[in-house]
Amino acid sequence: MLTKRIIPCLDIKDGRVVKGVNFIKLRDAGDPVENAAFYDKEGADELVFLDITASYEKRKTTLELARKVAESVFLPFTVGGGIRAIEDIRDLLNAGCDKVSINTAAVKDPAFVKKAAARFGSQCIVVAIDAKCKTKTRAKQAWEVYINGGRTPTGIDAVKWAERMESCGAGEILLTSMDYDGTKEGYDIALTRKISGSVTIPVIASGGAGSLEHLYDALTEGRADAVLAASIFHFREYRIAEAKEYLRKKGVTIRP
Amino acid sequence: MIAVIDYGMGNLRSVEKALELVGGRVKVTSSQKDLARCEKLVFPGVGAFGAAMKELKYRKLVEPIKAAIAEGKPFLGLCLGLQLLFEKSEEAPGVKGLCILKGESKRFKFPKDALKIPHMGWNNIKFANNPGARILKGVPDNSFTYFVHSYYVKLKDKNIILTTTDYGINFVSGICKDNVYGLQFHPEKSQELGLKMLENFVRIK
Repeated sequence: MLTKRIIPCLDIKDGRVVKGVNFIKLRDAGDPVENAAFYDKEGADELVFLDITASYEKRKTTLELARKVAESVFLPFTVGGGIRAIEDIRDLLNAGCDKVSINTAAVKDPAFVKKAAARFGSQCIVVAIDAKCKTKTRAKQAWEVYINGGRTPTGIDAVKWAERMESCGAGEILLTSMDYDGTKEGYDIALTRKISGSVTIPVIASGGAGSLEHLYDALTEGRADAVLAASIFHFREYRIAEAKEYLRKKGVTIRP
Repeated sequence: MIAVIDYGMGNLRSVEKALELVGGRVKVTSSQKDLARCEKLVFPGVGAFGAAMKELKYRKLVEPIKAAIAEGKPFLGLCLGLQLLFEKSEEAPGVKGLCILKGESKRFKFPKDALKIPHMGWNNIKFANNPGARILKGVPDNSFTYFVHSYYVKLKDKNIILTTTDYGINFVSGICKDNVYGLQFHPEKSQELGLKMLENFVRIK
């Protein structure tokens, strides 16, 4: 049976890991390769690197990172952040990453996703959606898509957007709730469930994980195919094996 | 030398690196000469069925691949590389595959709200009783491997099935016929057990 995936997410700036400073045994907490190797050993099902490098010139270091990670770790990994052109995707895939995550560029030009999927295959095109609830009441909840790292509202409905991205050839949706991100109060279950039920491609829930129960809720009630988490793993609040054991005991299909 | 067949569709570094790690002498190549003189071939699947066949034809690699297989060289097709061994695919109606084995690729089809497509993530491989299962040596039955695909192989000769996997249906996730191996999953992305399979392939005499 296909298992639900646990995906740690690492923020990368200028080729270094900037979140996840609390690793005890790592020689250099900022080294992406060591972080990748650590999570590989811990039993992560995939890895996501989010490039938050401000300057375009320094992006070359991200390619170097992808190359180094690919040389040392044999599990799938995704790089996202600042991808604007077909060449950006080509360079990242050539450097060895398995999937790229596209966000702002998809909104600015949906045909870009179509082109990317046609050229490289849907399996490596993840569309990241940052969504924020725009309704006050729980009834008929609706969410709006934001871009530029959550700074710019687009007026686009998140559910319709997910459907559109699927039709453009996206292979997966990485869905982040801006309302819950960083709160540690749990994923936005209503949002995740709504989007997961609206598309046939897999959905990764992101934003808000604070406990193992939150992972469980997103994977069951939220119908997510995978959960992304940053701080609960970085700061060693929970080990990945611990999360997996918890989920397995509660009846979720998980890779040992 | 193990030739990793490059047909211009994408990155083959992870396959190359994984084979090197387990002791293979590897060359990523699209030269007919290399395919003629290599000892083994690995055929990674990148891109779509139609585009891949077009590139193989354009690079004049179809006949060299068939010749190498006919000579008995160990051959390993991965993901789309497995599907291309067969006659055709729903992904590219009208396009002929390599036609080395009988069968075709079908798209997963599930009722709405059932299973997601692509089949993406870690799933078990169940061993069939294939006598050619050397590639699985040291790998436990029901091991988890990493899959990303929307099409699966439907074949004629059940005797060549190496492994099967459940995803809505029980589909063929691995085949073996004489010197030809094909895996629907990505051993190069399946951590130690995937590397073990590649090591077994590298060690085939």
